Amino acid sequence: MGKISLRKVTKKFGEVAVIPSLDLEINDGEFVVFVGPSGCGKSTLLRLIAGLEDVTDGVIEIDGVNATQTPPAKRGLAMVFQSYALYPHMSVRKNITFPLKMAGMDPAEQERRVANAAKVLNLTDYLERKPGQLSGGQRQRVAIGRAIVREPKAFLFDEPLSNLDAALRVNMRLEITELHHTLKTTMIYVTHDQVEAMTMADKIVVLQAGRVEQVGSPLELYNAPANIFVAGFIGSPRMNFVTGADADKLNAKTIGVRPEHIDLSKDAGHWKGTVTVSEHLGSDTFLHVAVEGQDTMTVRADGDVAARYGDTVYLTPQADRIHRFGADGKTLK
Amino acid sequence: MATQHSRSAARLMISPAVILLFLWMIVPLAMTIYFSFLNYNLLRPGAHDFVGFRNYYYFLTDPSFLIAIKNTLILVLGVLVITVVGGVALAVLLDQPMWGQGIVRILVIAPFFVMPTVSALVWKNMFLNPVNGLFAYFAQLMGLQPYDFLSQSPLMSIIMIVSWEWLPFATLILLTAMQSLDSEQMEAAEMDGASAISRFIYITLPHLTRSITVVILIQTIFLLSVFAEILVTTNGGPGTASTNLPYLVYGQSLLQFDVGGGSAGGIVAVILANIVAIFLMRMIGKNLEA
Ligand SMILES: Nc1ncnc2c1ncn2[C@@H]1O[C@H](COP(=O)(O)OP(=O)(O)OP(=O)(O)O)[C@@H](O)[C@H]1O
Ligand SMILES: [Mg+2]
Repeated sequence: MGKISLRKVTKKFGEVAVIPSLDLEINDGEFVVFVGPSGCGKSTLLRLIAGLEDVTDGVIEIDGVNATQTPPAKRGLAMVFQSYALYPHMSVRKNITFPLKMAGMDPAEQERRVANAAKVLNLTDYLERKPGQLSGGQRQRVAIGRAIVREPKAFLFDEPLSNLDAALRVNMRLEITELHHTLKTTMIYVTHDQVEAMTMADKIVVLQAGRVEQVGSPLELYNAPANIFVAGFIGSPRMNFVTGADADKLNAKTIGVRPEHIDLSKDAGHWKGTVTVSEHLGSDTFLHVAVEGQDTMTVRADGDVAARYGDTVYLTPQADRIHRFGADGKTLK
Repeated sequence: MATQHSRSAARLMISPAVILLFLWMIVPLAMTIYFSFLNYNLLRPGAHDFVGFRNYYYFLTDPSFLIAIKNTLILVLGVLVITVVGGVALAVLLDQPMWGQGIVRILVIAPFFVMPTVSALVWKNMFLNPVNGLFAYFAQLMGLQPYDFLSQSPLMSIIMIVSWEWLPFATLILLTAMQSLDSEQMEAAEMDGASAISRFIYITLPHLTRSITVVILIQTIFLLSVFAEILVTTNGGPGTASTNLPYLVYGQSLLQFDVGGGSAGGIVAVILANIVAIFLMRMIGKNLEA
């Protein structure tokens, strides 16, 4: 079991309210991702749930039990830190065994669980090494191993992949997702990388300045962002925003259209512009187009589109894919 | 210093310093060795005959020699135990966030800046003195007989004084080490269910081992040659109760004017210090390797 509810949780550092009253439900077995720009309070929120930080106000319930005052060790949660926080003087085996030893578990059972975790995480050959003798990805796996042996109610990850290179990150992303399918334990995962959020999450929580902007599945957020912030944050490249006459025509303050929802033409279209940069990724081409009277727009085209710097192109938004936003930034229905 | 060329250039550049340091060390050492084989007493002018190992024989068979060795060891070990245990405790305490942290830290470090002779005199006259001392005052307050520390338990008193001088050093080194402990490691241990005591044993202490090693090595070198504190307080007495090896050498060569005997004692002290150093490096030096 691993159902976590936050009710009116507030966190202040001195006078600064980093998290002003927040409500959130996390269901058993869910993979929840907190995303948001740097400094929006993701880590703080995770640390509140872990119990490493005291809440200023509000209630945290774990499996229906009020855990607001429960010390971290008693909450039954396991955390993987961004720096991994392995114990440098202990071997990998000792690192993974540490929580079991602290719980005073029967040594035979400790042995069994460590062997199991090592097998799942491909660490069997490294058990006698010290963390200093491991690569970044292996350290990451040790940190996960230390978390899974306890069989916690939920895992908390704080940007666990940010120290890894791009290829390894993709790999570990898959491994963590697979781990979630095998263990079926609740996981809360903090990242500022929206690709990680989109690919891994059952449910994404978009945060800004300590407030929840929207909660939903990746596709819900992509297709129906609640406001202009979520629209701009989810999706890569970023949504194009247009104000002025085009927006007024649709009774909106701002309209937004994603790069993949703009049709490109050489001779006719809604907007006329000049290509400033074209990024060829092979499968796709992203064109940055300077449109008169607007900000630069990004357009996704096929991989074999041969547009070059200075070419004139015409852009047409797909009418049913236009998002409309009011003056307060909220999406208009 | 990767290439052959830069390596030999580097050797050439540092050679003057190395040669100077070598001479600095070797000339006094050679002279001391030379004197230690002579019958050379300042009270008896005349020829200084070569007497072979007789000076060594007298020094090593002197009953106060064994006592001095024992006292030296007790002094070094006693101070090491007090400063390391006390230093770890103080470092852990001072690492806690608290009001006035900066001032408290400076106060803790202050004794280190006081010269050994001065601090020993302060202790002797203001704390330990059986008539005017602070301890005597407290004893009288509680209706007890004042205790004459320096004559009743001279070695313990000196251990106390020297520990007071060196505790700040140990605290300082260990405190900096404490501050380099990754706070996420502590939090991870907390989440892993480790109690405050377990965290101290499994995380803090292992993190401190390297610094403790440094403290032990450096302090041992200085503690083997404690001298000023003994000179101004007990003069090695009563009898030989607080005579350590440096003080014995001093007594031999300057109080008895026996240059030959004193030199022999000095050489013995050097050899013993080296044995201790090698022993220490063997035992705990491996902690220093990455
Ligand atoms: N101990 C603290 N004292 C005061 N302010 C703090 C403290 N910890 C965090 N903050 C502030 O709280 C805000 C949220 O910090 P937090 O670490 O949760 O951000 P984050 O969303 O995890 O950012 P990032 O993606 O950069 O890790 C920041 O503005 C930060 O300055
Ligand atoms: Mg963070």
